[in-house]
Amino acid sequence: MTKTTSAAVTPSPPALAAPPRPRGPGLSLRRRRQLMGVAMVSPALAVVTVFFLVPLVMTFWMSLNDWPLLGEHRYVGLANYRRAMHDVEWLHAIRFTLGYTALITPILLLAGLGLALLVHRRGRAARTFQTIFFLPVVIGFAAAAFLWLYLAQPGLGPLSDLAVRLGLGNQDTNWFATATSGLLVVTAMVVWKVTGMQMLLLLSGLQSIPGELVEAARVDGAGRWKTFIHITLPLLRPTLALVLVFSVAGSLLAFDQFYIMTAGGPANGTITAVYQIYRTSFINFELGYGAALSAMLMVALAAVSAAQMLLLRNTDNS
Amino acid sequence: MRTITDIRRTLPRAARWTACLCVCVIVLYPLYTMVSQSLKKPSEATENPPTLYPHGISTDNYRALGHTGQVGVWQHVGNSLMVAAGATLLTVVLATLAGYGFARLRFRGSGVLFFLILATFMIPFQAIITPLFSILHSMGLSNSLPGLTLVYTTFQLPFGIFLMRNSFAALPASIEEAALIDGCGLIRAMTRVLLPVAIPGLISTALFTFFACWNEFFAALILVTDEAKFTLPVTLTVLASNQLGTLNWGIMQAGVAVTAIPCIVLYLLLQRYYVAGLIAGAIK
Repeated sequence: MTKTTSAAVTPSPPALAAPPRPRGPGLSLRRRRQLMGVAMVSPALAVVTVFFLVPLVMTFWMSLNDWPLLGEHRYVGLANYRRAMHDVEWLHAIRFTLGYTALITPILLLAGLGLALLVHRRGRAARTFQTIFFLPVVIGFAAAAFLWLYLAQPGLGPLSDLAVRLGLGNQDTNWFATATSGLLVVTAMVVWKVTGMQMLLLLSGLQSIPGELVEAARVDGAGRWKTFIHITLPLLRPTLALVLVFSVAGSLLAFDQFYIMTAGGPANGTITAVYQIYRTSFINFELGYGAALSAMLMVALAAVSAAQMLLLRNTDNS
Repeated sequence: MRTITDIRRTLPRAARWTACLCVCVIVLYPLYTMVSQSLKKPSEATENPPTLYPHGISTDNYRALGHTGQVGVWQHVGNSLMVAAGATLLTVVLATLAGYGFARLRFRGSGVLFFLILATFMIPFQAIITPLFSILHSMGLSNSLPGLTLVYTTFQLPFGIFLMRNSFAALPASIEEAALIDGCGLIRAMTRVLLPVAIPGLISTALFTFFACWNEFFAALILVTDEAKFTLPVTLTVLASNQLGTLNWGIMQAGVAVTAIPCIVLYLLLQRYYVAGLIAGAIK
């Protein structure tokens, strides 16, 4: 019944104009709507399938193979994973990436929270400051990295000039000469570029806290600090969890800033996990081994995402 | 008594302003340096210690950009524009269609498919770049701007679909029903009646995609190997490795300015949509 009606309706679009009634034409409209839904969703699904799902599955398949850029690939089972367990460079890259994440995450969280509290006001001045603080977020990592590469250039850049004036070294001090000082410059750049984002997210969290709650606490005699610790911070927990996960995930995937500012040096001291994948797959052209490293990274990030969901769910319940 | 309350009231205010202005200096100074360094004469650009502002403004660095590298920077600006605009257009069209489908035209399995699309957020594209490179290679799309455009579209689509679905889902069903009763077909109901209301979501989607594609570095570095086809961020590495190891920081910063300033201008013009989209996306 439905089929014949929809077949009869299909060739003539004006039939759609029939007002939806509970019976007869209504059913065919529903069916048409479903088909239409499938048709509208399919192009996007096709793109995501070809360029996302297929490579996703292929990552795992490639990781089980010795896969050179040219020539035949050969099934090797878990050999690539076993190799990764003893690969000194890869283990160092993981340690460095985790260290970088541990260093930058608290800085970003505190700086973001500080800025959010600073501009959590009504009025034009606060809005202007919000806009300004957010500016570095919109320029790309590559542009920001090259900008800061100049700022910290020994003998040339204003930042190293400032360091000299503050007695933090002389004109020849090369901030990129050791892995630690290089890491500090990169961290400064990333804090400069990313804090605005953390601020904006935390600000939206602050704004969603009902003003009456804070006022009630103040009326009950709680000081500013007490109100912040006992009212604001607990209510901000979901946003804090979100910002934390953003920062951790972003840091675990760091590449651009180290590729540009330290080139992984000196002595491969600032190679991150993604950087090592890049070198394995696209410098050494060991695509199979690169895929194995990628699969490991993927599992780590999926764990972070899962942790996010748990964190957010727990805060929802409490 | 009065003076003390006055002080208690104005002191935090003054402290707040001072703090804000200090942060402003930290945030804006690097951006100022980018512009000022790019406007210095070559001789001044290498002075030690660096000058605070350009003594004598010159556009030499920007003119020099035109014939640095194989094809000059303006070609790379064109590449970046093509890729970013192409991916933005594709993303907006595909995300609008899919967002409408997921929000309004539910079918068996549409919930699962939408969840699947959202699940792609959990997987970083850096982790699937290796097979992606092989797939593009086998499709004859490696080392090509259309290939890069398709890859960017793929990675911006989930967020776009999410934003557009929410925009459409937020509209009351009665609007659409009214349009249908008035004699519009489904497609006309969508384009004439619902789309105009969803315009803010659409602008957010477009802005995010454009910014992401204009600034993307990692995939562009890997998937495009021919210097003439480089997008702007990768071109900066060419500027940096130029001229027998002696780097011209004036030209370098001019390149950085050309990359960064369009984003800043676009953000200042459309920040309302940008911020709204960002917050909508974060609190998913």
